[in-house]
Amino acid sequence: MATAASLPEVFRVLSRRQETQDVFTLEIAPHLAGSEKVLRFLPGQFNMLYAFGFGDVPISISGETGQVDHWIHTIRNVGSVTNGLSRLKEGDILGVRGPFGTSWPTNQNEGEEVVIVCGGLGVVPLRPLILHLEKNRARYQTIHLIYGARSPNDLLFTSELHRWAQTFQVEVTVDHAPLGWKGQVGLVTRPLKRLQTNLQRTTAFLCGPDIMMRLASQELLERGYRADKIYLSLERSMKCGVGHCGHCQLGGHLICRNGPVFQLDQVIHEMNIKEL
Amino acid sequence: MKTKHIDEILLEHPFFEGMNSDFVRVIAGCGINKLFHAEELLAREGKTADFFYLVRQGRLAIEMHTAGRGHLILQTQSDGDIVGWSWLFPPHLWNFDVRAMETSHVIALDGKCLRQKCEIDKALGYDLMKRFSQIMVERLRAVQVQVMDLYGNGR
Amino acid sequence: MHTDDGQPSQASPCYTLSFKRLGELFLLLEDDGFQIIGPTLQDRAIRYERLKSPDYLVHGYVDHQKAGCYHLEKQGDLYFGYTVPQDSWRRHLQPPKETLWNVKRSPSGFDFEENSDDLQTKRVFFGVRPCELRAIEIQDQIFLKGNYVDPHYHHRRDGLFLVVVHCIRATSTCFCTSMGVQPFCSNQEDQKSHARPDLALTEIEGQFFLVRPGTHRGAQYLNRLELEEANPEDLEIETRLSQVVQRDLKRNLNLNQDHLKEIMDLQMESPYWNEVAQRCLSCANCTLVCPTCFCSTTEDLVSLDENTTERIRKWDSCFHLSHSYIHGGSVRSSVSARYRQWITHKLVTWKEQFNTEGCVGCGRCITWCPVGIDIRSEANRLRSQWRGES
Repeated sequence: MATAASLPEVFRVLSRRQETQDVFTLEIAPHLAGSEKVLRFLPGQFNMLYAFGFGDVPISISGETGQVDHWIHTIRNVGSVTNGLSRLKEGDILGVRGPFGTSWPTNQNEGEEVVIVCGGLGVVPLRPLILHLEKNRARYQTIHLIYGARSPNDLLFTSELHRWAQTFQVEVTVDHAPLGWKGQVGLVTRPLKRLQTNLQRTTAFLCGPDIMMRLASQELLERGYRADKIYLSLERSMKCGVGHCGHCQLGGHLICRNGPVFQLDQVIHEMNIKEL
Repeated sequence: MKTKHIDEILLEHPFFEGMNSDFVRVIAGCGINKLFHAEELLAREGKTADFFYLVRQGRLAIEMHTAGRGHLILQTQSDGDIVGWSWLFPPHLWNFDVRAMETSHVIALDGKCLRQKCEIDKALGYDLMKRFSQIMVERLRAVQVQVMDLYGNGR
Repeated sequence: MHTDDGQPSQASPCYTLSFKRLGELFLLLEDDGFQIIGPTLQDRAIRYERLKSPDYLVHGYVDHQKAGCYHLEKQGDLYFGYTVPQDSWRRHLQPPKETLWNVKRSPSGFDFEENSDDLQTKRVFFGVRPCELRAIEIQDQIFLKGNYVDPHYHHRRDGLFLVVVHCIRATSTCFCTSMGVQPFCSNQEDQKSHARPDLALTEIEGQFFLVRPGTHRGAQYLNRLELEEANPEDLEIETRLSQVVQRDLKRNLNLNQDHLKEIMDLQMESPYWNEVAQRCLSCANCTLVCPTCFCSTTEDLVSLDENTTERIRKWDSCFHLSHSYIHGGSVRSSVSARYRQWITHKLVTWKEQFNTEGCVGCGRCITWCPVGIDIRSEANRLRSQWRGES
C-alpha cells in the first residue's frame, strides 16, 4: 500500500563519537518528548539524514536491528551535507526520513556458512547483519568476516572486531601499514582465495567500493560459489529515497527501491557496464 | 610441527598443486625446514637472493624502509603463500626486506641449486616459471588495486 | 467509444459543441472554481498557460516540426491545427521549481512545515493530446502508483479536469503509434486506464467540435449545456479525419520496438555511443521538453539570518554531470554514457522500473534538439547494427 513521501521527522543527537580522522558516529532518537515510538529497520536499510541548511543524504543504519529506541549512523565526512552532519553535537537536531530500501537476508541461510566481505566504510551497512549473526551465533555454521581498509588507522569498530574474532573467523587486511601492524597487508580477495566452505551452502555478503565488490564477486564466482547466494549493497546518488527523483538508477533498477541490497545475479550484468 | 619429508610438504602446498612428483622430488632436494621468530629477517633489500620461502604456518611481511616514514609493510604472506622471486632473475638481489611478523615455519628453497637444475631440465624450469608468473601476475594486480586507493574518499 | 485501432466508434453519446458553447463550458467550469489552462501563443511557439476565455486559444496556426526545427505558420481556421507544442503539461503537474517544505528554527530545535501554496487550485487542462494523456498516465504511475505517493503531485493531480483534443494532423516528428498511442483517444471505458479524459473533443473543420464524455463528471457538464447530438454526417467527417492522421503517421519514420531490450543490452559498450556523443551537446533540452521525464534534484535555500531553510525541488536531467554524482565524481562522466542512459531509460529500462512505456512518441526531443538528433533514427541504427552483428 502506498504511503505518502513525507516530511523529515525531527531527531535529536544523543551522542557523537569520532571513529577515525574523517568518520564519526551519531546516535539519534526522536526529538519530542512523549514520542517514544519504536523504531524498526532491517539490516542493510538506510535513512535520509537532513542537516539544517545543508540538505540530506542517504546513510545506512549501523546499529542493532529489531525494536530499538534510537538509531546509530556511522558517517564519513566527504561532502557538504556530511560535513553539516559532522558538526552536530549532543543535543543538536536533525531531520530523518526512512528507513528505506531492501535488506540483507537473515532467515533463509540459517544452518549454513556465512562469508562477509567488507571494505572501508562498507562495514557500516553490514554491522547490523554482523550483530544479528553474533546474537544468533548458534543458528549458523562457520562465519568468516573479511575486512579490508586503507590503513590500520582507518579501521572502524576495532573493539568489536576483537569480540567478533572470538566467534567468527575474522581476517583484517589493509592496503598500507607501518611497522608494528600484526595483521595482513593486501587485498580482501587474498583471504577469499583460501576460503574453504561448502560452495552450495555458503551465503556471502559484500559491501565496499565498487571495484572491491567486483573483484570479490569475481573471486567467489571463480571459486564456484552461487551468484544467487552472493548479496551486495550498491551505492548511487539519491535525492528522494522513495523512487521519484531518478538519481539512483542502475539500468532497470532504482537502488533506493530495488536495493541497496541485491543478489549478485540481479545486478551482475549492470555492474560490468562502464559508467552505467 | 609434525616431522614430514619435505617432498610431502611440497606436494600438499597449493603452490605445487598438480606438479609432476618427479619435479617435486628434485625441488625438495633443494629445500630445508626453517623456523623464524617474530621480528627476525628472512631477507634484506639489496642482498643476494639465494633462497625463496614457502610459508607453512605463520606470517611474513614484505617491507621497505623509507627515510622519514620508517618501515612500511607492502604486503603480508601467510600459510600457503610463497615469498621471493628475486632468485630467478639476475642480478639475483632482494628488492625488499622480508620479516617474520610472528613465529613462522617455512621451507627455504635454495634458488642457486634450483637455477642449475632448471637449466638442465627445461621442462622443470618451464613448469616452475609458469607457477611463479602466476604469483607475479596476482601480486601485480593487487598492487595496481592498492595504488588506486580504493577506500580513500576519492579526492 | 473508440476501437483499438483508434477509429471513433459510434456507440457512446456524441454531441456538437460550437465555439460559443465552448465559452459557456469555460464559464461553468470557472464557476465551479476551476482554473483553465490551455494552448496560447507565446514567443512564436505554443505554450500551455492560463486561459481566461476561449478567445485566448491559439487560432489559425499550423506547426511544422522536424529534427532541430520548429515553425508556426498562420494558416487556416483551426484551433487545433497544430500538433504538440514546445511545452508539456508536466510543467503544471510537477513545476520546474517548487518549494516542498520550509524549516524554521524554534526554541526546541527546528520545525518542518509542508508547503501547500498553490496546491489547492482545481484545474482544467484544456487541449490535452492523446500522447500527452498517456504521458500524464505514465507520471501517475511514478508519483502515485509506487510504494510512495508524492503529496505535491497528488494534490495537483487529484480532481484535475482533463479535456482531450484528438489529433487531426501529424507533423514529421510524430510517432505516437510506435509507442502504442493512438491520435484519436483510446477507449475511454477502459477501466485500467488511470488518466481518463473527462471530455474528448474532435475539431470539425474549424467550425465546431464533436464532444464525448469520458467520465461521469464530464457527462454532467455536457448535460448542463444541453447540447445537440451529433449528426451522422459529422461523425463520418470525424472518421475521415482520423484516417488522414493515421495515414500521415504511417508515412512518418517509426520506431520499431521489437527486441529493443536485447538490442540495447548487447550494445551497451558499442563504439556507437562515442559516435552519437560527438553530435550530442548534452544540453538537456530533450529532457526538459519531454512530457514523461521526471528526474528532480533538491536545493536548500537558507535565509540570511539562518533561521529558515526552504527545500526546493527542481527538474534535473540525466544529461547533467551532477545527476550521477557520488562522493568524488560522477558515475556517468562521459557524454556517451549520459546519452546511453537517456535512450536506454526511455526505451527499455523505464519498463522494468515502472511497468509502463517511457516514451509516448510526441517527438518533442527531436524538434527541440539543437543538433537534430532523432530518437527514432538512433534506435533504428542500433537495430541495424545489431542485425549486422548477429
